[in-house]
Amino acid sequence: MANEPCRIGRRPFIIGSLIGIASLGMKGGVSSVFAAVPSTADELKQYQPVFFTAEEWQFMLAACDRLIPSDREGPGALDTHVPVFIDKQMLTPYGKGEDWYMEGPFDSHASLLFGYQMPFPLQVLYRKGISLTNQYSRIKYNQNFCDLPARMKDAVLTDLQKNVADFSQFGEADLNAGYFFTRLLENTKEGYLADPQYGGNKNMAAWKMINFPGARASFPQWIKIHNVKYPLGPVSLSGEQA
Amino acid sequence: MKKINDAVDVIIVGLGWAGSIMGIELAQAGLKVRALERGEDRLNSDYAYPKPADELAFTKRHKIMQSPHDAAFTIRHNASETALPMRELGAFRLGDGVGGAGLHWTGMITRPTPVDLKMKTYADEHFKRGELDEELRIADFPVSWEEIEPHMDFFDKVCGSSGETGNLRGVIQQGGDPFEGARSNPFPNKPLEDSLNATLFRQATQEMGLHPYSMPSAAVSVPYTNPYGQQIAPCNYCGFCQFYSCLNYSKASPQTAILDRLKQFNNFDYKTRANVIRVEKHADGKTATGVTYIDENGDEVFQPASIVILSTFGLNNVRLLLNSSIGKPYNPITEEGVIGRNYTHQYGGGFTLFFDNLEFNPFATAGPTGTVISDYGTGNVETAQLGFIGGAKIYSSQPTGTPMAAAIKKGAPSWGSGWKKALKESYGHSMGVKLEGSNMATRGNYLDLDPVYKDRFGMPLLRVTYDYVQNDLRMLQYMKEKMEAITKHLNPTQYSHNILKMDSHFASSPNYVNTHNAGGAIMGDNPRTSALNRYLQSWDVHNLFVMGANAFPQNFYANPSAMVAGLAYWSAKAIREQYLKNPGPLVQA
Ligand SMILES: Cc1cc2nc3c(=O)[nH]c(=O)nc-3n(C[C@H](O)[C@H](O)[C@H](O)COP(=O)(O)OP(=O)(O)OC[C@H]3O[C@@H](n4cnc5c(N)ncnc54)[C@H](O)[C@@H]3O)c2cc1C
Ligand code: SF4
Repeated sequence: MANEPCRIGRRPFIIGSLIGIASLGMKGGVSSVFAAVPSTADELKQYQPVFFTAEEWQFMLAACDRLIPSDREGPGALDTHVPVFIDKQMLTPYGKGEDWYMEGPFDSHASLLFGYQMPFPLQVLYRKGISLTNQYSRIKYNQNFCDLPARMKDAVLTDLQKNVADFSQFGEADLNAGYFFTRLLENTKEGYLADPQYGGNKNMAAWKMINFPGARASFPQWIKIHNVKYPLGPVSLSGEQA
Repeated sequence: MKKINDAVDVIIVGLGWAGSIMGIELAQAGLKVRALERGEDRLNSDYAYPKPADELAFTKRHKIMQSPHDAAFTIRHNASETALPMRELGAFRLGDGVGGAGLHWTGMITRPTPVDLKMKTYADEHFKRGELDEELRIADFPVSWEEIEPHMDFFDKVCGSSGETGNLRGVIQQGGDPFEGARSNPFPNKPLEDSLNATLFRQATQEMGLHPYSMPSAAVSVPYTNPYGQQIAPCNYCGFCQFYSCLNYSKASPQTAILDRLKQFNNFDYKTRANVIRVEKHADGKTATGVTYIDENGDEVFQPASIVILSTFGLNNVRLLLNSSIGKPYNPITEEGVIGRNYTHQYGGGFTLFFDNLEFNPFATAGPTGTVISDYGTGNVETAQLGFIGGAKIYSSQPTGTPMAAAIKKGAPSWGSGWKKALKESYGHSMGVKLEGSNMATRGNYLDLDPVYKDRFGMPLLRVTYDYVQNDLRMLQYMKEKMEAITKHLNPTQYSHNILKMDSHFASSPNYVNTHNAGGAIMGDNPRTSALNRYLQSWDVHNLFVMGANAFPQNFYANPSAMVAGLAYWSAKAIREQYLKNPGPLVQA
């Protein structure tokens, strides 16, 4: 059974470094600076997860890469370090479930109208969700999720989303696959679009792609200028520009 | 053993809008006033630029909102269902800490209308017997427009409200809302600027013969000093408004409008991280002796007081009344009892219009900027033939312009390359046509204590029994047609909508609806059907006054705070001018 670390596809690396060049170009810095800056992909490779185990980390890299792939439209989840964002979120009060009401009794099978009703905090949801998805993937395709070709990864993710993957067959009655997917997707989008201080949206690349100016937060003139594309790039909470 | 604090004249529980108003009004009268606030202190300096410009922290992780860990609610649709806790914030997001929800509200300062205050009278005049659904429990507010308007007027001055006057002392003014109740004074400040979506909506509705006006705003349009001497800076359209604390000292909050002044009074002080669990009663049951709270060390403390003001937000007030055994709990079968009855929420929803060739720059916006029509407001159209009572305001605004909140084109995949392409094409190219709709009280929607779930102090959670009202769903189908007509007039590339259907059910989570919860401890003329008299004084315990939207007998389509604040000023006046001289029931039952 394939349990060795999976490899991330090559394409994202290339796109990631192109974005690096583009942003340097905007700052007017030339080659010497360029040489000193590691690519976002190299940085991601060097990142040591604070919460996820090595196997879980490979899953996260592979899943995020499919949820927001790198392509000609713009940067993907790996270029923008979304898995780093999610890893860091796990150690926050949100990840630990400290903000939620987590007293029983729990009714994990309640209608979706009631929102989250499972008996675990986010950390446990991820831990179980990843392991169960790998089990599902091994039964269906004989391989861990991260070892599957892209098309099959997408098929597994779709099975999760549509709640076709039935985790109760692996003895987990409380975890609904569709819900695990929803949270994974939501956190992936958060990591893509949040301020870079949380570990994702590396170089504000996602903000640049959609023309969101970040934390500039002052537009007394622009409220009066209608139907003209805003010309300035984003600023982060810590004051970086891109 | 329980700790005991020094006695005060007035104890205020909860330091949001209502608590701050009562604080300053009663401190000015010379009373020794203390406020107890469950959450943290929140100073303006904590929210200086750029800290609030953080979508993850404020919108997604609810940084300044009531954490379900500290106070959750349980929810069910009807009495035969088992209620489950709202484990993470969803449909409504209460405030927490000094300032309460007044720190992260949107700042739309729409008022109810004279018709809203006298709904029962209106219903009797405009609907034949049997024309309305049997389940409705419509009631009049026990105050008149003339009584309450001067207090809403004063609150407008406190906030520095910015808007266009539509009705000045009975004379209709060009450009304002011709359907509004008569104002005793014009808005203190001119309206906020229109963003592109607001301009388009204004044009379209004007062309259709409707009456658009600028959203009344508690974010000031120009530099302003309010009656308490507080200086408020003009809004800079930062784009982080609803759910965020203002980074610019512009959106009226208890902090910007009242608290800095209030803290200067020697006869006022406040304690934070003081979680009140109960109002204590005298042995005769007719007066309160004070309140018990759990302090930051987890110790139980008794705070004696001559007057107790509950201002913990409507839902929390109802829970405290129930946990203190004040007033008889409502029974939906016998319809006896008063605490918990007439609980209402409010309706949202709308159309999203995508324009491939327009640049909306949605990040350049203020929460309350926008344009509105009240043409379909309660009483402004005859609806007896249509089978419903009530109405909605229809508007276009852009409360925030952040990317995670962005609408995505209809039919786009939710992930993968297709999603990313759609995000790129959608962000900055859409606008909303939205509604806020009235919610009638019914026999079966009510509040009580949950029999199973408790908070970390062992106190039962509040149980909300609530589902959409058929009368209101019919109203929404009508509004949908009207909104679709406006949408078509605007001629977008494509559009989608999320208006409720006739068979929709309330979802407590995960999507935000609004925090305009009302009812549960309503004001009225009759102690058998209301918890509070016309001065918001408890019928049962005369030195207990309860501030908040819990007093509304049903919910209107306006945002609640103008009325919540107006009622607080009205009640404070009654305490100062009548109650202090002669403590006892202000209305004889
Ligand atoms: C996102 C959002 C947008 C909104 N937008 C608008 C708008 O545009 N226009 C409008 O009119 N209204 C709006 N509202 C509603 C508005 O915020 C409320 O009507 C208003 O703040 C209510 O004031 P309050 O003083 O009754 O309660 P709050 O402001 O909620 O204050 C209650 C305080 O009591 C404290 N408290 C609660 N329980 C206890 C306890 N047991 N012991 C001690 N302290 C306690 C809370 O921590 C809180 O600080 C919005 C609300 C939200 C959440
Ligand atoms: S939009 Fe205006 S009022 Fe709202 S938070 Fe920004 S500066 Fe304050």
